[in-house]
Amino acid sequence: MTVAVNTEETGKKIAEAIPGSVVSSEAGSLTVDSKSLAQVSEFLKNTPGLEFDYLTVLTAVDYLHYFEVVYRLVSLKNNQSLILKTRVYGRENPTVPSVTDTWRAAYYQEREIFDLLGIKFEGHPNLKRLLLWEGFNGHPLRRDYL
Amino acid sequence: MEIIRPEVTTPQEADLAEGKLINSFLETCTGQYPDPDKWLDEEIRRNVLLTTVDAAVAWARQRSIFPLIFGTACCAFEMIAASGPRFDLSRFGMDIIRFSPRQADVMLITGTITWKMATAARMIYDQMPEPKWVIAVGACAISGGTFRESYSVVPGVNHIMPVDVYVPGCPPRPEAMIHGINRLHAKIVKGTIDNPNLALK
Repeated sequence: MTVAVNTEETGKKIAEAIPGSVVSSEAGSLTVDSKSLAQVSEFLKNTPGLEFDYLTVLTAVDYLHYFEVVYRLVSLKNNQSLILKTRVYGRENPTVPSVTDTWRAAYYQEREIFDLLGIKFEGHPNLKRLLLWEGFNGHPLRRDYL
Repeated sequence: MEIIRPEVTTPQEADLAEGKLINSFLETCTGQYPDPDKWLDEEIRRNVLLTTVDAAVAWARQRSIFPLIFGTACCAFEMIAASGPRFDLSRFGMDIIRFSPRQADVMLITGTITWKMATAARMIYDQMPEPKWVIAVGACAISGGTFRESYSVVPGVNHIMPVDVYVPGCPPRPEAMIHGINRLHAKIVKGTIDNPNLALK
């Protein structure tokens, strides 16, 4: 069982290394700006003491006025876990940078989120529908789908 | 018939009475039942069986169905249970479960079929050689079940291929599946060589 890392301390570390990236680091989760997500993911993976080398779950939530993409990270070396979040505003063309370069496990889950919620992941090598077929109209996990 | 109840007082007398009764039964059945084909030659009697070709072929088809499993959801486990030793599909000649459609006769659709899966299911159905049959097992395969109004689920597998037998349940017990197989047998027996899919009346 992994131990949840102290998000406030981790948030301070990230804010020192990449200024302006952390939006909030309340208890339990760490929210970062989507523009600096690529830098933050590299930082979390490669900094000694953090070394989050394993992405267990990547999912997204529709809060109607914004989408929240959630990353559950695990460090197998230090036996600790972290919930990383980022927000993206706008329903027409929401775009988040892809983390497939850092964690290969994101490949299929980013495709699934693109399919079901319509969030585009910039830099993904093969961003196309995964569960539904080409020509399907809409994104069914959005709250305004029905 | 008269009730046979000998009056006895000791166990020995009871044994004697029982022996008498058995002997009386034996006397009535010493001779063999008369053979109705006695007037035929011995060779003909042993070697000739009269039937129609349709009946013989239908009988052979009925008793050697190779199933192709298409288990996409929980109903598949009921099918696995049915093929296990407790319910024993071997009794119906279905013990050789085929994973290649080229060698199969009946396709068991056990579970929810999504539209993305529908193309694969239809392709496998098309690859099966004639004569072929389809059993739709469970609420999802029959009508979409709980997921009928979903954006991704086929509302009934009959939208993509002809279905011979529907087995309702969520999931159906192995007994229900065996009943469905019996209904399929009843259908196959009615078929002819040219038309193996005559409707069940």
